[in-house]
Amino acid sequence: MERAFLVSSTLCFLAGFAYSMYALGAKVRHPSRWNFVVMLLGFAFQLGFLRLRSGAVGRCPLTNLFEVLVFLSWSVVLLYFVVGSTYRLSLLGTFTAPLVFLIQVVAQLLPAASVAPVFKKSAGFWPELHAAISLVAYGAFALACVAGVMFLVQERHLKRHNLNSFFQDLPPIANLSVAVQRLMLAGFVLLTVGIVAGFFAGHTPAATIALAAGVWLPYGAILVMRRTHRFSSRRIAWLAVVAFTLALGTLGVLSLFHLGN
Amino acid sequence: MEVLCLGLSHKTAHVETRERFAIGDAHLGEFSSLLAQAPGVREAVVVSTCNRVEYYVAAEDAAAAHRTVSDFITEKCGHAPVAPTFIGLKSAEGIRHLFRVVSGIESMVLGETEILGQVKKAYLAAQTAGATSRTLNKLFQRAFNVAKEVRTKTSITRGAVSVGSAAVELAEKIFGKLDACNVMVLGAGETAEMTAKALQSRGAKAIFVSNRTHERAVALAEMLGGRAVHFDEWEREFDAMDILIGSTGAPHAVVTSAKISPLMTRRQDRPLFCIDLAVPRDIEATVNDIEGVYLYDIDALQGIAEQSMSVRRNELARCEEMIERHVAEFSQWLAVPHHGFGGTAGMHPEGAK
Repeated sequence: MERAFLVSSTLCFLAGFAYSMYALGAKVRHPSRWNFVVMLLGFAFQLGFLRLRSGAVGRCPLTNLFEVLVFLSWSVVLLYFVVGSTYRLSLLGTFTAPLVFLIQVVAQLLPAASVAPVFKKSAGFWPELHAAISLVAYGAFALACVAGVMFLVQERHLKRHNLNSFFQDLPPIANLSVAVQRLMLAGFVLLTVGIVAGFFAGHTPAATIALAAGVWLPYGAILVMRRTHRFSSRRIAWLAVVAFTLALGTLGVLSLFHLGN
Repeated sequence: MEVLCLGLSHKTAHVETRERFAIGDAHLGEFSSLLAQAPGVREAVVVSTCNRVEYYVAAEDAAAAHRTVSDFITEKCGHAPVAPTFIGLKSAEGIRHLFRVVSGIESMVLGETEILGQVKKAYLAAQTAGATSRTLNKLFQRAFNVAKEVRTKTSITRGAVSVGSAAVELAEKIFGKLDACNVMVLGAGETAEMTAKALQSRGAKAIFVSNRTHERAVALAEMLGGRAVHFDEWEREFDAMDILIGSTGAPHAVVTSAKISPLMTRRQDRPLFCIDLAVPRDIEATVNDIEGVYLYDIDALQGIAEQSMSVRRNELARCEEMIERHVAEFSQWLAVPHHGFGGTAGMHPEGAK
């Protein structure tokens, strides 16, 4: 049943992506409603999976890389609903669906995905808060990356006078720039809370702290230098993409490290 | 029950003729009500815009209703509605025409959306005056649904089809809302004035006008409700500018990369939208290479307008297909005798007689 929930949600995101591509190609306007419905359905299936998995493992389902990736994609979708409705960036769904789809496919291809959940005693409030909040922060960084890609695409359209139907559907660059910066800030605040929770959790390995700092510091530097060095929106968008790629790599290393322990 | 449409439009009549038959908004309900009480007419909606005057009626006998409507127009306007200026369309043809009108297909600018609001107003006036009943209520409601479907499922209303609207569309894709944007107009050309007006109508905060002949700058600034700036001082205002329109008659570029580059560093990541409407051009093409600057010249803007119009024209067949489906459905509904007439007493025009 648990696997059925996960496969269904993955198919929902694939359908959302496929429909958006079709809608853009066929010049059908307002694809956002379908995007929204499919994303919502996928989100519900994800919740179903996480609910069953947390029952099976007896704690927040973050015991291996497979669970971490599913939780991460759930965080991305959660933030998509918050950000999408706040900034009316309807096409964010078009860009979010393939990312979430990809993360979930990778998760299901992992060897850990085929291993039955192992019941573990809860590590306690602080360690679980640390892990969960940190992953939601990664979700915010992922969405900042998505908005950054949208900004770069739209900016290129404007510079090159290429006003195709894709240009019509993308939001204004000013709105995308605000979305990138706010998402990075939200992710940074959440990650800070996650790291603080990690300290409260105690017995945090030095390698974990070093890797967490490896994500926290670049984002902190970007946010500070945006003000001190007056970074352009274009540069911030590029940095959002690069920083998330690095963060994803760090997350992989971190999960393998925890798995090893 | 039959539906009849008798009217003229920009396609059949010059403005001198159209204005002779035009009806003020305040009289639309009254005209509809009077026509609905005329012999042989059951229901009526009168639509009058700057590009068309059309009488839609529901009647048992379309030929007899045609004569009644003609007499009514002659009596009210003092001129007889004659062909080919006036065109009479009955049953499916009349229904199709209304669906095409509300979808913007019959408009002077293909796909414009203002007509839908105008027809809605006319229908509401007629309905309030008790001139509509079952047939026209159903017909107009269906027409509004058709318009919505055509607008949302095709690209018929998409894109900007004039230089001014292309500039507005681009500005909105750069800044989002324009209510915090300041516009600087260099020169006092007519296209620049229209573009500035278009930006102003979408909420642009302030307009500055600078021209070699300061008096012309003052005159244009007054017209736009903006402020005139001496030509040798416009660069001082640069920091506050978001949109720069070049429209001078200068034989060389007035705005160069060398001038803009250092000014851009002071802007704290605020983009600059440059619109060059002048020939020879006012703004050096390399300005577009500066980060945060988006330059469009007159050819680029006209290209956008033409591209949008071409997209709209390519959508015509899809729109017509959708409309045909609705025409067939409505005609079928109309052909069923008991549907044709017999609205609620309160809405029945006969009841008002």
